[in-house]
Amino acid sequence: MATKEFLFAGFGGQGLLFSGKVLAYKGLIEEKNVSWLPSYGPEMRGGTANCSVILSDEPVGAPIVLNPDVLVAMNLPSLDKYENAVRPGGIILVDSSLIGRKVQRDDVDVYYVPATKLADENGTGQLANMILMGKLLTVLDSYNEETVSAALEKCISARHADMLEFNRKAMEIGRNYTE
Amino acid sequence: MKGNEAIAEAAIQAGCRHYFGYPITPQTEIAAYMAKRMPKIGGTFLQAESEIAAINMVYGVASAGKRVMTSSSSPGISLKSEGLSYLAGADLPALVVNAQRGGPGLGGIQPSQSDYFQATRGGGHGDYHMIVLAPSSVQEMAQLTIKGFELADQYRMTSMILADGTIGQMMEPVSFDFDIKEQPAKPWATTGTKMAREHNVINSLYLNPELLEKTNIERYKKYELIAQTEAMAEEYLTEDADIIIAAFGIAARVSRNAVNEARAHGIKAGLIRPVTLWPFPSAVFAKAADHAKQIISVELSMGQMIEDVQLATKCRVPVSLCYRVGGMIPTPDQVYQAIVEANEKGGK
Repeated sequence: MATKEFLFAGFGGQGLLFSGKVLAYKGLIEEKNVSWLPSYGPEMRGGTANCSVILSDEPVGAPIVLNPDVLVAMNLPSLDKYENAVRPGGIILVDSSLIGRKVQRDDVDVYYVPATKLADENGTGQLANMILMGKLLTVLDSYNEETVSAALEKCISARHADMLEFNRKAMEIGRNYTE
Repeated sequence: MKGNEAIAEAAIQAGCRHYFGYPITPQTEIAAYMAKRMPKIGGTFLQAESEIAAINMVYGVASAGKRVMTSSSSPGISLKSEGLSYLAGADLPALVVNAQRGGPGLGGIQPSQSDYFQATRGGGHGDYHMIVLAPSSVQEMAQLTIKGFELADQYRMTSMILADGTIGQMMEPVSFDFDIKEQPAKPWATTGTKMAREHNVINSLYLNPELLEKTNIERYKKYELIAQTEAMAEEYLTEDADIIIAAFGIAARVSRNAVNEARAHGIKAGLIRPVTLWPFPSAVFAKAADHAKQIISVELSMGQMIEDVQLATKCRVPVSLCYRVGGMIPTPDQVYQAIVEANEKGGK
């Protein structure tokens, strides 16, 4: 891996910024150069939110991801907006419980995960983002339990230590999910 | 760590124990960090009733000789401008952060660089300057904060960190392995005479015009010295460059990608990134104008720094502008296209 660019996109409140943060910390722990850049409106929930993450062996230049290698789309407007921006040969992860349509392109690898539905069914409501993260790291072949765990511990404050297990569980669900 | 948090932590490490501010996106993380940390280390965090109150609290602590800072974003800096002028008139050291957002007016909350004129020309009324530092990474947010305090104390003037919403909000790894110099003595500060010395007076009012003139001229001698000794810029692949990009902050990060792209296509492109905006690194640009065919100023404004580039190069080479405004950021491809165009045109 020289440089991999990730774009997480959806509504505010879905935890996209958090997903990006976990990925960035995992990269940092694995001694990559990393950048994490959020973009969101003034609302705490609702509105659009997205997050650019770059992992690289080189120093990171522009931190804004315009043509991602990996797109994680958690609502239809995001898929509509960014589908064509993904680099050929890239990956698109779709929360298929929130997005009814299929990806139109045939030059990218697409994974459909009904993450929001799985999160509700498994009592990890709100953690659809981490189910997608589990799936993402699996398809990238970089699900390293040790660094994933360390990254989660960095991103979840001690005050919310009980959330650690929920996040791990959600990532496991994503990891084991097959269409 | 976020860029804004890096500023706050660096300020604490530089010995700043007084922070006064008023919330505004996209810099509120600085205040949030200070609110959490200051009470634990015996410092003062105070959310003032307004930006104007905050900058005047800064004036007070600076008069007492302590390291002090405030932070805001564009509309809030306009409100602070009166205080900035008073700080300059009273020769007080302080650090002020502007995480710029789109303007004019309330504008938007997305990143911008359109306060360049306001920062580099002083901002408030009267003849004065601030030292203006322009970080382009989270690491530099920390580094230049420390540098800002040191320069402010050394020259008894305000340092401004002219950042933008992107660098403030983004997270990157940052190391705090700094060699922080001891704070200089401030014999001029109003610390109480203990009946052992004359009163120190901190004031910006001069009713005697001859004295005010003399004070201003003396202050400009100091500015001249700073211009000669403190200008900083980073050069990237400029040595043999035909096309040179001038860009600071986030625009420089984007431009660096474009320069790499141009080099990959056989175009000799390079980048000059001013780290100090005042003093402007004019000498670096003057030297580059000896061999460059064209300079492109890449800015998140309608073209402000471009004037300093033209002045520095005395218009010996054509200088063009590549920009986005209103919270938009140029893409590396947009900058690359500008390089290609400039290369075809040839220039001087």
